[in-house]
Amino acid sequence: MSTDLSHIRNFSIVAHIDHGKSTLADRLIQMCGGLTDREMSEQVLDSMELERERGITIKAQTVRLKYKAADGETYQLNLMDTPGHVDFTYEVSRSLAACEGSVLMVDATQGVEAQTLANAYLAINADHEIVPVLNKIDLAAAEPDRIKKQIEEVVGLDVSEALEISAKTGLGVDSVLEALVTHLPAPTGDADAALKALLVDSWYDSYLGVMILVRIKDGVLKKGAKIRMMASGATYQVEKVGYFAPKPVDVSELGPGEIGFITAAIKTVADTQVGDTITEDKRPADEALPGFKPSVPVVFCGLFPVDAGQFEDLRDSLAKLHLNDASFHFDTESSAALGLGFRCGFLGLLHLEIIQQRLEREFDLDLITTAPSVVYKIHTNAGDVKELHNPVDMPDPTHIDFIEEPWINATIIVPDEYLGAVLTLCTDRRGAQTELTYVGSRAMVQYRLPLNEVVIDFYDRLKSVSRGYASFDYELAAYAEGDLVKVSILVNGELVDALSFIVHASHAETRGRAICDKLKDLVPRQLFKIAIQAAIGGNIIARSTVSAMRKDVTAKCYGGDVSRKRKLLDKQKKGKKKMRQFGNVEIPQSAFLEALKTDG
Amino acid sequence: MPASGISLYIHWPFCASKCPYCDFNSHVADSVDHHRWRRGLLAELGYFANETKGRQLTSIFFGGGTPSLMEPETTAALIEAAKTHWQPVDGLEITLEANPSTAETKRFQAFRDAGVNRLSLGVQSFRDSYLGFLGRGHSAAEAMDAIRLAAATFSRFSFDLIYGLPGQTADDFGQDLDQALQLARGHLSVYQLTIEPGTAFHRDAVVAANEDTGAEMYEMCQQRLTVAGMPAYEVSNHAGPGKECRHNLEIWRGGDYVGVGPGAHGHVTGNAGTDSIYQIHQPERWLAAVEAKKHGTAKRQALTPDERAEEILMTGLRLTEGVNQDQFRALTGLELGDRLDPGGLEKMVEGGFLVSDDVGVRVTTTGRLCLNEVLRQLLVA
Ligand SMILES: Nc1nc2c(ncn2[C@@H]2O[C@H](COP(=O)(O)OP(=O)(O)OP(=O)(O)O)[C@@H](O)[C@H]2O)c(=O)[nH]1
Ligand SMILES: C[S@@+](CC[C@H](N)C(=O)[O-])C[C@H]1O[C@@H](n2cnc3c(N)ncnc32)[C@H](O)[C@@H]1O
Ligand code: SF4
Ligand SMILES: [Mg+2]
Repeated sequence: MSTDLSHIRNFSIVAHIDHGKSTLADRLIQMCGGLTDREMSEQVLDSMELERERGITIKAQTVRLKYKAADGETYQLNLMDTPGHVDFTYEVSRSLAACEGSVLMVDATQGVEAQTLANAYLAINADHEIVPVLNKIDLAAAEPDRIKKQIEEVVGLDVSEALEISAKTGLGVDSVLEALVTHLPAPTGDADAALKALLVDSWYDSYLGVMILVRIKDGVLKKGAKIRMMASGATYQVEKVGYFAPKPVDVSELGPGEIGFITAAIKTVADTQVGDTITEDKRPADEALPGFKPSVPVVFCGLFPVDAGQFEDLRDSLAKLHLNDASFHFDTESSAALGLGFRCGFLGLLHLEIIQQRLEREFDLDLITTAPSVVYKIHTNAGDVKELHNPVDMPDPTHIDFIEEPWINATIIVPDEYLGAVLTLCTDRRGAQTELTYVGSRAMVQYRLPLNEVVIDFYDRLKSVSRGYASFDYELAAYAEGDLVKVSILVNGELVDALSFIVHASHAETRGRAICDKLKDLVPRQLFKIAIQAAIGGNIIARSTVSAMRKDVTAKCYGGDVSRKRKLLDKQKKGKKKMRQFGNVEIPQSAFLEALKTDG
Repeated sequence: MPASGISLYIHWPFCASKCPYCDFNSHVADSVDHHRWRRGLLAELGYFANETKGRQLTSIFFGGGTPSLMEPETTAALIEAAKTHWQPVDGLEITLEANPSTAETKRFQAFRDAGVNRLSLGVQSFRDSYLGFLGRGHSAAEAMDAIRLAAATFSRFSFDLIYGLPGQTADDFGQDLDQALQLARGHLSVYQLTIEPGTAFHRDAVVAANEDTGAEMYEMCQQRLTVAGMPAYEVSNHAGPGKECRHNLEIWRGGDYVGVGPGAHGHVTGNAGTDSIYQIHQPERWLAAVEAKKHGTAKRQALTPDERAEEILMTGLRLTEGVNQDQFRALTGLELGDRLDPGGLEKMVEGGFLVSDDVGVRVTTTGRLCLNEVLRQLLVA
């Protein structure tokens, strides 16, 4: 039997990165007896190797808790732990759509940060009831009163009943459980109506196959029922119904207000569309739930195997990862400098880095990543609009009417003393300030920034100019026309396609020169001198020269040395695969790799 | 393709002290049992002689280590044995490497009596500060005395110089060359200091001259020694006409040689082709092996015609005369033209690094300076 609606509470835990969401989830699971002390580990819901290693949440997780409240009643609490990083905002939105309320956590030593704001607004827009929680009060530096005022002033929440806890020690966590029951609304829904379940998430489990996370709005989802996906029209027989506690527990049905999983012999995750409405085939609902906007990749780059022989492996590995993460895109790409590879799209730079690391670690691949770029809209003279994912594909400028680039609205919160440096950085990156306010003693600036200036090394620069004290969040704004040019890099007059990039005309020369100078140090001397040039069309904007090799002969060579030298030659023959021919010179692929690395 | 001539290399692995730049198979021993070593070397010599019976002996080279620390009786016994095992050519060249310290110069006469007719002295520099830096046990004055004594004792002699020391300028090296030119008689070896893995210099991260300084010194050396009538006949070896070290010349041309002693290397061609032979490195282990089974071979490997061809190109192109295509065919059974990457060959000839004609291929002066890269272009297709 499903639980009575009045005894269900569904909530997401949202916060800025590292403010303690996953740690609170740990305490809640422990207090409700979901796991024994022996089964417990820190941030137990962060199960991916990379999540554990980096101490961050990448994938939202759901857990059902059984809580006996002060009123003597037992409640079903469905908790959704969400990621804090801006790249995974999409995960947060989906979780919010499955709940009626949110716990907004704020680190009482740090205060409101950029993602605190962003996620609080997401929760407010989702009509959530919000329980503000000040965390880490066990620390001496905690200033709950001051931070409460910040929350009130900056986020605009009533903090009179904000809780003060330590997710780490467990202090005050019981008050969170009580507040969930008393402050959050119970879900509504009609058990007798036609089935309407929100497809919140789907992933591939190596034992159970494709799993779907659902939130039941109306009706009852039963084991054995024939369901229909309202968007695709596909029908499936439900095999398993259950919930996570956090271990999977099978039940016979899920009723209104409940969150749980189903399996239904679905072949691939691609057959399930997140945000879709699941209904019953024999009695379909009239109308689908609103669903979600699809996530769109905003950062693109090329991924190439260092060893050309690993191209097929890379394809298989990407396909496997894609089973669990449909938010990245990939398409084959061929480069003269780097060989065969893939053009891939990601939700952001962290997402890119995570996928790249998973490919290298879980699939043992050696990869070259080209400089990240954004999606441009090319308006041709013929009047059509093309999306450009790869600088290499940019049409000849004579065919282009104008180019649009994506802009973002960025929020940066930074201590006053670093404000000047942050403003300079944003201005250098063509930013336009839209607002400057204060969060206590810290400045909160809003900037409109071109995304292509952010994907280069903006995070690193921001971190270094603010000594790590700035927090950053953004949302995509609109496309706008820009004076953009493609800069090509030529070695001995031949194009190194993988190094081409699109940049605002005002930055073309500086960036071009930087690459030429860098390559000059990376390309080993050869018998002939090598000209390295940066060009816009036929126009050379920067150049450097690698002078010819002068001496490389081994001074002495007796007896056994010859065999040693022959082995070196054999190694060079193997290494030949990693050499690329440019006119009369060969350049080791590693030089390009290094050039790309320091650029990224 | 059994060749008729054969050279003999004998390795003496001991030195009075270990120089910080040296990666040769050289060791400092508390005491050396000269009797045992003599017997061991003679035994291995006999072993290889047996395998190459009837060949003509073209040269003997005592290398090291410091073979001038050998007892002259040992040298004499080895020379005698070699001459009986094989048929020596007329005027058989017998070279011995020597250090200029007095302990050894005292024995020059005894070595000559033993049959040595060419001495190769490790002088390295004529500046005391450099000699100190290189950890040499002799002074510049001792080096000059040793050279004069060698000139008086042996019909032929040579000495070694090292350049490209940290902080050394072309002018500094020029002064060493001035001294060398006054004392040399037809042969000189001039090596650029290389920091070899496993040496004290490597461990201490000593930084030798950079590429540009090295090239400048090399070019100066070429120019001055050519004017003085001792052009390079190999990358680091200079000689007047007919004064080349025959032993090394034959090896670089791809000739056969027997290697006796710890870490010695040999190339022996039989009916089945050429074997590359390596002796055990560690002196005591080598000696124990020889005493047990008459030889201390660690590894013996048949070279494929392709490998043989590559080796001949690698050493042959070090020589000014280059690789002769008839000789190449005789040694490998392959056509020289077929062994070179056509693209690489064309590029090297056009760039002025290589000359290719009906005699064979040889590098130009510019090409020789960048020989490793030229070889890569020719061989790594
Ligand atoms: N002292 C103290 N440390 C805490 C407390 N809560 C969390 N932490 C620590 O803060 C760090 C971040 O905690 P997480 O729970 O991983 O934070 P998160 O919000 O889930 O982080 P993301 O998922 O990356 O957004 C960890 O090192 C925790 O041990 C607390 O109450 N007191
Ligand atoms: C086997 S050693 C000479 C033998 C003798 N023990 C001596 O040191 O005089 C041959 C020569 O190689 C040269 N040599 C050895 N190691 C070198 C290095 N690391 N760099 C340059 N030349 C080196 C020296 O000039 C040395 O004299
Ligand atoms: S350079 Fe000569 S003396 Fe010095 S350690 Fe090497 S072999 Fe011995
Ligand atoms: Mg987390």
